[in-house]
Amino acid sequence: MTSTGVLLQLAQTLLAILLAPILMGWVNQCRAWLQGRSAPPLTQPYRTLRKLFHKDAVIAHHASPLFRFAPYMIFACMALAAGIVPTLANDLPFSPAADVIALVGIFALARVFLALAAMDIGTAFGSLGARREMLVSFLAEPALLMVFFTASLISHSTELPVIVETLALRQFAIYPSLAFAAVAFWMVSVAENARIPVDNPGTHLELTMIHEAMILEYSARHLALIEWAVALKLFTYSALGIALFLPWGIAPQGNPGALPLALAAMILKLLIGGAALALIETVSAKLRLFRVPEFLATAFLLAVLGMLIHFLLEA
Amino acid sequence: MKIGGHDWPLEPFGKHIWRGRMESGQLLAWVRAVREEGGQLVALWGSDDRHLDGGFGIHAACLTSAGLVWMSSDLPADAPRYPDLAHIFPQAGRMQRAVYDLLGIQAIDAVDTRKWLRHDAWAENEFPLRRDFSGHSPAPLAHDTYPFIRVEGEGVHEIAVGPIHAGTIEPGHFRFSVIGERVLRLEQRGGYAHKGTEKRFEGMDLATGARLAGRVSGDSHSAYVWAYCMAVEAATASTVPQRGIWMRALFLEIERIANHLGDLGGLGNDVALSFGLMQFWRLKEDWLRLAARLFGHRYLFDCMVPGGVAVDIDDPGKAELIGLSHRIETEIRQLKAIYDEHATLQDRFAHTGVCQPELAAQLGLTGLAGRASAQAWDARVQFPQEPYEQLNVSMATQRGGDVLARAEVRFSELHESLRLVRDILLRMPAGALHAPLAAVSASCEGLGWVEGWRGEVIVAVRIGRDGRLDRVHPHDPSWRNWPLVEVGMPGNIVADFPLINKSFNLSYSGPDL
Repeated sequence: MTSTGVLLQLAQTLLAILLAPILMGWVNQCRAWLQGRSAPPLTQPYRTLRKLFHKDAVIAHHASPLFRFAPYMIFACMALAAGIVPTLANDLPFSPAADVIALVGIFALARVFLALAAMDIGTAFGSLGARREMLVSFLAEPALLMVFFTASLISHSTELPVIVETLALRQFAIYPSLAFAAVAFWMVSVAENARIPVDNPGTHLELTMIHEAMILEYSARHLALIEWAVALKLFTYSALGIALFLPWGIAPQGNPGALPLALAAMILKLLIGGAALALIETVSAKLRLFRVPEFLATAFLLAVLGMLIHFLLEA
Repeated sequence: MKIGGHDWPLEPFGKHIWRGRMESGQLLAWVRAVREEGGQLVALWGSDDRHLDGGFGIHAACLTSAGLVWMSSDLPADAPRYPDLAHIFPQAGRMQRAVYDLLGIQAIDAVDTRKWLRHDAWAENEFPLRRDFSGHSPAPLAHDTYPFIRVEGEGVHEIAVGPIHAGTIEPGHFRFSVIGERVLRLEQRGGYAHKGTEKRFEGMDLATGARLAGRVSGDSHSAYVWAYCMAVEAATASTVPQRGIWMRALFLEIERIANHLGDLGGLGNDVALSFGLMQFWRLKEDWLRLAARLFGHRYLFDCMVPGGVAVDIDDPGKAELIGLSHRIETEIRQLKAIYDEHATLQDRFAHTGVCQPELAAQLGLTGLAGRASAQAWDARVQFPQEPYEQLNVSMATQRGGDVLARAEVRFSELHESLRLVRDILLRMPAGALHAPLAAVSASCEGLGWVEGWRGEVIVAVRIGRDGRLDRVHPHDPSWRNWPLVEVGMPGNIVADFPLINKSFNLSYSGPDL
C-alpha cells in the first residue's frame, strides 16, 4: 500500500460522495428537457440536501434506535461501495479488501437496514415498501452476481481492479459475452436504483411506491442522508457499469499522470450515461408490479446467456 | 304518466323533468317501478319543512324513460321515517346515511346504518340541517370511531390510506384488506371535506347562491352553476335569452375539454409516463389561459349568472377559440397514437379496474365511467335541454369497463366537445346575454339537470316567500360512482389503485358537501 495509493483512495471516495448529487441533478435535468419542461439547476440536489440538513427531524414516538441508526449505516455502506469501485484510478488500496461478491453484500446490507427501518415504525406503507423491495432485490441480486461472474471468468478474478485491468489495459479484445452482461446489468441497475420502469422516484402515490414507501417516515438529516445515499448508489452503479463495460481511460496502477485524462473520461461517460438513463425513463412507463419479476428474470437469463457465450466463444 | 306498468300522478316541471308527490308508504312501489323499467335512482335527499307548517320531506330524483322525476314525500315531524330504498337501488345506501346524519330522517329496516358524513364534529343526537340546529353546542369529546368491515383469515391484513396523503390531493380514506398485493376488499370513508354547503345556502339571495353552487365541486363549476340556474329559472318561471343559453353550453364544453385533457395527462403520469402528463397539461394550460383571456377566469368561475351569462365573446375571440380547438385536436390525435402504441402503458390500462356492464347497471354507474361500462346514458343525448337538442351530440361508449375504456371515452368525448365548441360558436344567435329573473311572490321549487364532464349534476332548489333560498340540494354524480370504485377493486393489486382511482377521477367535495 503506497502513500499515493491511500491519497488516491481518499480522493476518489470523496469525489464520489461530492459528485454523486450532481449526477442525480444531471439525470433530472435531462428528464425535464426531454419532457419539454424547463429544467431545475444542476445543483438542485445539493440545495435539497442543505434544506434537509437544516430542518428538525420528526421521528415517530415508537421508533426504535434502529430507525435513527439506519440512515448512517446506509450512507456508510454506499460510501464504502463507492470506494471499492475504480472510477478514476485502478490503484485502490481498499479494493483487495472486497471483491465484487462482497460489493453485492454491501449493497444487500444497506438494503436490509433500510427494510428493517421501514418496518420498524410499523406503518402500512413501510412494510408494503419493504415487502416489495425484497421481491425486487431477491431477483435482482442473482442476476447482478451472474453479470459479475461473466466478467470474472474473462479476467479470472473477482477483484474489480484486476477485472478493469484485464478489460481495459491489456490487449484489446471484443467479448460478445459482455454485450449480454451489459444489458442484464442495465436492467438490474434500473431495479436496484428504483428507476422507471421498475419504480418511479418522482411519484407521490404512496400505494405504487417501492423505495419511496420505505422512507416516507424519514425527515430532515435522516432523509438527507438517505437521499444522498441514493445518489451515491446511482453513482456507484454508473461507475460499476463504466468499469465493467467501458473501462477505457481509467488510470492504471502507478501512473498518476493519467489522472486528468481519467477524470475527463469519467465525466464524459457519466454525462452520456445519465442522458441515456433519462431518455430510457422518458419513453418508458412503469411496469405493472407483477411484471417486475419477469423483467428481472429476463435480466438473469441474459446474464446466464453471457456466461454460456463466454464458454462457447471465448474460453 | 305510465312508468313500470303503473300510472303515476306526475306533472311536467321543465323540459324532460317531472314532479310528483306521494305518501311515504308508496315510495317503495314507485322505486320498484323505476327499477323494473330499467331506470335509476339518481339522488336522494331530505328537507326540514317544519317552518312551512309541515314535518320533514324525503326527496328522490329518478331517471325514467320520460326523463328525470323528482318525487317527494312528507314525513311527520315527530318520527320522520321512510322505507329503505337501498335494497332496490344499492347506491341509495350512502345517501340514506347522509340524510340521517344531516336531518335525522331514518330509513326503516336499512341494513347499513353507520354514520357517513358525521365525523363527530357534532353530536349523534344533533342534526345540522335541521332549522333548530344552533351550531353552538360544544363539539363532542369522543374520539371519532368508525366500524370498518373486517376481513379475517390467514395472512390477511389491512392497509389504511388517507385522508392525508403523500401528495397534495383531496381527503379520502381507503381501507384495503389485502393478501400480499391482492386486494380482497376495499372500503372507502368520505365526509372529510364536509363543510356545511347545504346549510350555507339557507337564506342566501339567488345571485350569491349561484356563486356558492359553482363552488360545490370546483372542477365542475359550469355544470353546477348551470344546474342551479336552470332550477332557479324554472322555479321563478323566468326565461333566458337564446344567446345566454348557447354561451352556457359553450362554457360547459370548455370545462369538459379542460378536465378530460387534465385526466388523460394524469393517467399517463400514474403509470410514470411523465411525458404524457406534460404534453396534455401543456394543452390544458393553453386552453385555460385562453379561457382566462376571453372570459376573465381560467375555470370560468362566475361567468354564468341566474338569468343568463355575465360575459360575451366577440368575433376575434371566437376565431381564437376555434383556432386553438383545431390545434388541440391535431395534437391529441398524435398523443393518442403514442398512448395506443405504448406497450407498457396499454398493459397497465387494459383489464385494470374492470367494472362489468352488469355490475355497472345494477349499481347505477353514471357519467363517463358509466359510458365506459356500456351504460349508454348521456343527458345531452337522451334528454337534451336547450341548446343541445339542436347540436346532435354523439355519445361515446365502450364495453370494457377498464381503465383503458375510460381513457377511450375521454378521447372520444374530447373530439366531440371540440366539435361542439366550434359548432356552438358558429351557430350562436345574437342578442341579449341575460334577462332579469321574474319576481317571486310565493314559495316555489325548481330542478336543474346538466350532464357535466363527470356525469349528471342535479341541483334542486326551493325558494321561500321572501325570494331567498330556502333549501338547495346540489347532487354530484360521484355519489353513485364511488361505490363502484370499492366494488371494482377486489382482485386488482394494491399498486394499481391510484391508476384505477384516477381513471374515475371522482369528486370528494361534491358528495361530502
